[in-house]
Amino acid sequence: MGQPKGLVSENAYTILNEVEEKRVSLIAALQKIQARYRYLPETAMRQVAARLRVPVSQVYHVATFYSAFSLKPKGRHIVNVCLGTACHVKGAGLILDRFKRELKVDEGDTTEDGQFTLQAVRCIGCCSIAPAVMIDTETHGYVRQDKVADIIKRYRESKEK
Amino acid sequence: MSHVEWQGQAKFTIDGKEVVGYKGETILEVARREGINIPTLCYHEALEPYAVCRLCLVEVTVGKRTRLVTSCIYEVAPGIEVKTSTERVTRNRKAVLELLLARAPDAPVIRKLAAEYGIEKSRYPLIKNDNCILCGLCVRACREIVGADAIGFIDRGTERRVGPPIERQSERCIGCGTCVYICPTAAISLKDVSKSMPGVHKHPYDYEAPECSICGEMNLESESKAGER
Ligand code: SF4
Ligand code: FES
Repeated sequence: MGQPKGLVSENAYTILNEVEEKRVSLIAALQKIQARYRYLPETAMRQVAARLRVPVSQVYHVATFYSAFSLKPKGRHIVNVCLGTACHVKGAGLILDRFKRELKVDEGDTTEDGQFTLQAVRCIGCCSIAPAVMIDTETHGYVRQDKVADIIKRYRESKEK
Repeated sequence: MSHVEWQGQAKFTIDGKEVVGYKGETILEVARREGINIPTLCYHEALEPYAVCRLCLVEVTVGKRTRLVTSCIYEVAPGIEVKTSTERVTRNRKAVLELLLARAPDAPVIRKLAAEYGIEKSRYPLIKNDNCILCGLCVRACREIVGADAIGFIDRGTERRVGPPIERQSERCIGCGTCVYICPTAAISLKDVSKSMPGVHKHPYDYEAPECSICGEMNLESESKAGER
């Protein structure tokens, strides 16, 4: 799921107004907030609950159930290192280690500068180009350990998302 | 499954006994009326069935096909054959009980049920002993009966638990204790947090306020302090 273009300039109220007017479903509403803020701030969850007239307990239930939502701010770029069977066989573990070292974060964490969140995923359906790494919406195939630093650099330099 | 349209009454059998059910009724409802015992944990007649404990498993034969279903949500139909204690049912119930025992080994209800099925110890490792079996009775009672929606499920998988939203005291909890009352394993308890409960009853502040171990302090302490001044 990419970040929908144009959303970035929207502020919380535009999103919330739309949510209320169009009676967007709860999940869709949370997706919008997640895309805009890269996490679900508490106030936003409470607002969504009020606007959609659903209990906060239910919003929190949904917000904590799906891994697409995060209660902690995620990085500007999401690095998904595939650890599926094919990638695993092709040494994805080492690739993940390299990302950890280069980014100085653990799996699931976000770099201090808020640029990258490193995640491990199980199969992104790109077994033929294993080991694969997905960064935001782009897929990188045949990733080699010695290419990891370069890849990171490219994203770090690209200011626009 | 044969989806034959029917109205009104359905004649069918439970353990060979001829019984009658009405459209929309579940096997469990008919069985209870007939005095046939099916163990349950997540079912409560005042709440919508939820079918998570899997204890109410029975075998249902529709035409040539026999399968295991959860009787608390399976709607009756004419001609079905229900069996509540076949070898297969017992085996599966045992498996369920073993899992429940691994989660709440100290809960008397679970121990009793397990003992009835000849299980003393679970094969599975104890992950965390918190008594809560995630039956959802408290969550549903809070929503469907109290209408407060003060607690809900949080997280997924082995981390799943019940609690107030945002992991903080819920301002919607009215301290009624319904969740405590309904919990089969006594996983929730009430605790006194302040001497008064102005937020709830808007009375002179002179009686005991309970705190819910799940939804926190009920927002009472700060308010009562403000009220005392
Ligand atoms: S706290 Fe009790 S009632 Fe609530 S889900 Fe857990 S076991 Fe069920
Ligand atoms: S009573 Fe049917 S699954 Fe719990």
